[in-house]
Amino acid sequence: MVDAPDVRPSEPAATYKDSMGKYIVIYVCLLVIAAAQFLIAYSNIPTAAMFARMLFLAIIEAGLALMFFMHLWAEKRGFLLFVLIFTGFALATMQYGWTDSFRMELGVPYTEPKTGVIQQ
Amino acid sequence: MVVGLPPFSVAAKKMAVWLFIIADAATFAACLLAYGFLRNGNAEWPRPFHSITNVAIMTFVLLTSSLTMLLGVRAASANDKPAAFRFTMITAVLGIVFALLHVREWMGLIGEGMTLFHNPWGNPIFGASFFTITGLHLTHVAGGVVALIAVGMKYNHGRYDGSDLEVVGLYWHFVDLVWMFVVPLVYLLNLGH
Repeated sequence: MVDAPDVRPSEPAATYKDSMGKYIVIYVCLLVIAAAQFLIAYSNIPTAAMFARMLFLAIIEAGLALMFFMHLWAEKRGFLLFVLIFTGFALATMQYGWTDSFRMELGVPYTEPKTGVIQQ
Repeated sequence: MVVGLPPFSVAAKKMAVWLFIIADAATFAACLLAYGFLRNGNAEWPRPFHSITNVAIMTFVLLTSSLTMLLGVRAASANDKPAAFRFTMITAVLGIVFALLHVREWMGLIGEGMTLFHNPWGNPIFGASFFTITGLHLTHVAGGVVALIAVGMKYNHGRYDGSDLEVVGLYWHFVDLVWMFVVPLVYLLNLGH
């Protein structure tokens, strides 16, 4: 005889021990990091350096939001690793095309220089 | 036979939302990567933004909405139903404000002649990529607002419980998280100096 599944129509909300103060601190941190990104946009540095700095700050912002606003830090470590590794792997596999992008800019081979129009 | 134990001890609906978030993260990442690819491959990429005031306000509104969502879930966790409902509705209102600011910005750009297939500053790909990425995000915000209102109302009437607010909150935080990447890549790197 097979046991009936444990069906619970109403699952209680998860309880998190984080204090209100902690949420406010993280919120302020996110605002400060966002402001830093805006300041970088007005700095007189090359676009590549600007991109690297903004992306670095965006990753920190996303990490804070994931861990504390979405409570991933409070979940079981196995679940945290599942989400991070699975997502990280999916995003990493998308990076293969960058070399083609630089090839378009440099114009060799297959493209007209500085136009991005593919030759027939 | 042991049944009924969810993977990672995470409730089924929360797991479903997390899987959706992972898939959606891949969707946005693909769009942003395609955008980066095109921007990198086109030397004369337009820089049409001369003011960051609107996008700064939008960012502030969205970050604040994440905080109010968090407070709503926290209140639901403490069985404070009126506060949970109130914070959820405040979050929805902030989402509407964000969407209106976004539409206002779009109308300004359209007024300057930018469409999906044309822009007055040169490369037409810019219009297509800009409207695709920001449009996808705006669609998520609009969907999130509808979900917040629907789930909030049903929570208030006792048909949904705090765990439902929690999962819609996860989605809302994700929408906020995506914006953290859209702003620097699509707006700030295209700021005209």
